[in-house]
Formats: sequence, C-alpha cells, structure tokens
Amino acid sequence: MKRIVLMGNPNIGKSVVFSRLTGAEVITSNYPGTTVDFSRGRACLEDERVEIIDAPGTYSLQPTNRAEEVAVEMLRWADLIINVVDATNLERNLFLTLELLEERKPMILALNMWDEAERSGIEIDKKALEEHLDLPVVSTIALTGEGIKELVEKLHEARTPADLKALSEEEKWIDIGWISKEVQKVSHRHPGLADRLSEATIKPFTGTPIALMVIFSTFWTVRLIGEGLIAHLFEPLFELYRPLAIKVSAALGPGMLHDLLIGKIIDGNIDYVQSMGLLTTGIYVPLGMVLPYIVGFYLALSLLEDSGYLPRLATLSDNLFHRLGMHGHAIVPLFLGLGCNVPGALSTRNLETRKQRFIAATLLGLAVPCTAKSAMIFGVLGSYGQGYVFLVFAALALVYVAAGLVLNKAVRGESPEIFLEIPPYRRPGFLTILKKTWMRIRWFLAEAIPFLFLGVLLVNVLYTVGFMEWIARIFSPFFEWWLAIPGEAVVALLVGFFRKDLAVGMLLPLGLNAGQMVVATTVLSLYFPCVATFAVLVKELGMRDTLKSAAVMAVTALLVGGAMRMALIG
Amino acid sequence: MQEPITSLRAGASAQVIALLGPGSSFQRKLRTMGIREGVRIKVVAVHPFAGPLVVEIGGRQITLGRGIARKIMVRAED
Repeated sequence: MKRIVLMGNPNIGKSVVFSRLTGAEVITSNYPGTTVDFSRGRACLEDERVEIIDAPGTYSLQPTNRAEEVAVEMLRWADLIINVVDATNLERNLFLTLELLEERKPMILALNMWDEAERSGIEIDKKALEEHLDLPVVSTIALTGEGIKELVEKLHEARTPADLKALSEEEKWIDIGWISKEVQKVSHRHPGLADRLSEATIKPFTGTPIALMVIFSTFWTVRLIGEGLIAHLFEPLFELYRPLAIKVSAALGPGMLHDLLIGKIIDGNIDYVQSMGLLTTGIYVPLGMVLPYIVGFYLALSLLEDSGYLPRLATLSDNLFHRLGMHGHAIVPLFLGLGCNVPGALSTRNLETRKQRFIAATLLGLAVPCTAKSAMIFGVLGSYGQGYVFLVFAALALVYVAAGLVLNKAVRGESPEIFLEIPPYRRPGFLTILKKTWMRIRWFLAEAIPFLFLGVLLVNVLYTVGFMEWIARIFSPFFEWWLAIPGEAVVALLVGFFRKDLAVGMLLPLGLNAGQMVVATTVLSLYFPCVATFAVLVKELGMRDTLKSAAVMAVTALLVGGAMRMALIG
Repeated sequence: MQEPITSLRAGASAQVIALLGPGSSFQRKLRTMGIREGVRIKVVAVHPFAGPLVVEIGGRQITLGRGIARKIMVRAED
C-alpha cells in the first residue's frame, strides 16, 4: 500500500488535514507541538487504498527534539509527501520544502490557512509558485475542508522536480528570498483587536495579572462544571441505580461473589465509596467522582489550547521554569498532566534535552495531581474542611518548585532556553471543542475503568487471602513511627498504584483525624504515579532514568510526609 | 552601529545584521524561525529578571531566552 506522509512546520494544521483525509480523529490545537507522535490512518483516495501518516511538525530535517526526530524518521517510510505549508508564513516554511525536495520523493504542496493569509493581506500567486518549485500547489483551508478535494485529485500529479541540484543552506535562503519576492505580495495591514490582545497578554506587566485571572477562572470553571454535573446528573443517576444494586446484593446472598461484585454492606446499605465491589465502587469512582471533573477540565483545557493562549502562558512563566531546569514550554506537560499524567508525560517530547525531559517527567509524576488524584484529595478531605484540601494542593505546589530547584542543580546536562513561536489568537470552534473533549473522555473511560476494576479485584483478593493484614502488620511500626498514621494506610498506597481515586475508599474507614488524613493524602499523591503513567515514563525516559525518577518520588514523599507530620501532628 | 537585540527597549525596531553563536545548528534554528540577516525585527516585550524576549518578525511573534537573544546582532532603526 502506498504511504503518504504529511510533513510541515509546527502548528500549521497538518493534523487537521490528516483528519480531513482519513476521517480519523486526532487531537489538534493552536500551539506548536500538539502532535508528538505519528498517527496513521487509511483512506481510499481516487479508488486507491493508501496509508496516510501524520508526522509531528519540524522546522528542518535536522531535529532538535524528540518530536522532530519522529518526523524525520517518518520521512523514510514515505512513498509520497504532502508538504503542508503555512500560507501566512510562506518564506519561512519554504526552507523545509527545499530540504524535502532533496529527498527526491514525489511531493505536492498544500498551502494551508489560505483564508487567514487573505485576511492578513497576503497574496500568493499559486501558478508562479508551481513553476518555481516545479511541484503541484493546492490552496487549502483544512478547518473548513476547502481545497481538500482538489488536493486529493492532484495527488497523482505529485512529482520530483526535473532539474534539481543540491543546495547549501545559504543558497537555499537566497533561493527562498527570491521565490517569495516573485510569488508573494504583502500589503500592510493595521493592527486589529487580536494584535492588541496578543501584546497585552504577552507583556509582563499586563500579561501576569491576566494570566492569574485566566488560571483562576479555568479552575473555577472546572469545579463549577464538575460539581454541577455531580449534583444534577451523576448523583441522581446513581440513586436510581441503588435499588437495582441492592436487589443484586440480596439475590447473591453473603459469600465470595457478593464480596467481589457488591462488596461490604455498611450500616445496612451500599456505600458507593467504601463498599469496594466491582458493581458499586468500581463503577462509582470513575463515573460518579472523576468523570464530571474530567468533562469540566477538558472543556476548559480545549479553550486554552485552541485559542492559542498556552504559548503566551509559557512565555510569562518561563522565568520560573528556567530556574527549575526547564523552560516555559514545560507548562504544556504540567497543564495536560492536571487532566491525566499519561498525555502529560508524552508531551515532554517537546523539550530539547534529557535533563529537561527527566525533570519535567519527574515533577509531573511527583507533584502534578491528575483529575483522579484531585478527586481523591477532595473526596477524602472535603468533609474535614476546604482548608485541608488547600493545604495538600499548596504542599504539592511547593514540592514542585522545591524539587525542581534541587533537580536543576543535581541533574547533569544542558537546559537550553525557550525558543517558541507564538501563534495568532484564533476563535475556538464550538464543535471542535466538543469533539476533542469527547475523544478525551472516551480515552479516559477506556484507560481508567480497566485499571479501576483491576484495583478493586486486587483489593478483594488480597483481603481474602489475608495479605492486607499481613502487610499492614509489617509496615505498621514504620508508618506509625515516621508518619503517625496506622499501618492499614499502606493498603491505600498499594491500591493507589492502580488508581489513586480508589484510595478514598481505603482511607475513609480508618477514622483518621484531620492531620493524619492530610499526611496520608499528601504521601499518597507524591509517592508514585499510577501504573499507566509509569509505563509511559519507561517508554519516554528508559528504564534507568525511570527508576531514578521513582526513587526521587519515593524519597520526596517520605521526607515531605515526615515534615508534615511534625507540623500537623507533632 | 551593531548591538545585541537585548540592548533595545520594548517597542523598538531594528534590522538583523548578524547571528553570532555556536555552530550551524543554532543559527539554522534561528533562520528557520524567520530570524535572518537583513530582516526587520521588533521587540514586543522584555521580561524582567533576565527573562525571555518576545520579538516580532513578519507579523509573527517568537519568544526567545535572553541568552539566545544576546547572539542576535542588530542595527536599531529610529
């Protein structure tokens, strides 16, 4: 099967073209580096079955980070290249085009964002460009689908230019200057509202207060949506489900199967959080506690991503991140990680060096609570008072900064400075955002529910065989001595390896006081990410660095737990 | 007169004269992002405490660390 690879600079809409061609759903946003891995899809174009590959964006064929390495690697497999070019920024994009030509593979040019170019007063003579490059050129607006049909129809015209000589870098730039002068007319345009907004949000003195407001309102929105969904949708649904669950419980009668499916009956009723059955806690935790916040978080995140605000936030926070051994782009793994650590860890590929990736991934697993962790913190401490919830989040933020400062000194290697393109602001599309949120929710359900079931299963099996009591006895002395919490809390740590949110049901029955609960929750958040994140870390960092990272997390958890015990319990 | 772009104030415009700095890959990165000899460059924002610079080239904004910016030699326009 013929392989078509989409190549181009970052953030010019390759992934949108990809979805248009294949119908496959991929995450797209308005910031450079959304795609860090390749996606493949199949399509039937002009009665021919083809495979289409969406590569991460790159500025040249000499990669400077792992995402760009993937792009260059993909090129090797290409039978045909669709070079997607940003029509609003032709000159700069042509460098990659000239480099791609030297690969001597059939190629076609898609001038994307044609509408935006027209709006900003850029006129490109397609015919002239075709002649200069000796390639077919098509103008597209991937977001609306305009021009995609023509692109498909012209695929068979893709070719390698007849007389092509290898050019040095300098010669390429001279060529590019000449070509763009010949084919492009730029008329001056007065700065509009978007430009003024862009300036205000990136300058330090206006941008910083705006950033604080944006972050605050983001979290406020997430809570509003999450709590609203719980109160008006999920709680009522689970109350409707309760009589059915009780019937099942009665029909099963006491025994192993009852323990596994329904779990413990507490005060004559099913307790969705503490019962620990597959059909009770196993469903309630992911759907009733975490999902509502996942919906809220990903709606808010999509707005930040698609408007183009994230790169501005990266610029404003660069100073802080630079001191932690990374640079402003590390805001992306942090933000994605607040939803789920898995995509967060993947997005560290946009950082340039091993040192930066190691620090970003370690801090992510250590101190960036995913939605499930946050739900656990709220679920466990909410009844003790909001102050305690705040205490845990403040501790996590402090650990993020403190551990970053230390790791910056301790980890050897380079930490290059920020070098980031700021995309123009774009109005997020309503449907795009809904679709993207839905994709991420589906992904959450597919990932979370199996692990949660495994966790519940493990709890039941380990209790039945007496392993839990045994391990609690072994760890009791240490936990009581160092953290002043009962040894049974170690059970929550074990379960937390599968799903942190499941630990709520393990901690609540222990009857801890507020101080103990804060210590237990903080340690549980810090000591280790979940098994799914761990698997991604191994893939991204390698086994050696993952083990180092895990050691950092475990030691930090114990140190911070000990310190909090001193402060809160005495 | 040549000076590094870091000595300009926010709002100032200049022409890029030369790219200093180590190795061709560093300079290639600058050029592929649009920062090349001869182009007009505007300083949009200068972040305090040795923070990054935001520059504008051909209507596009780019954030660069202070150390990178120091290697971009420009001639100020008035």
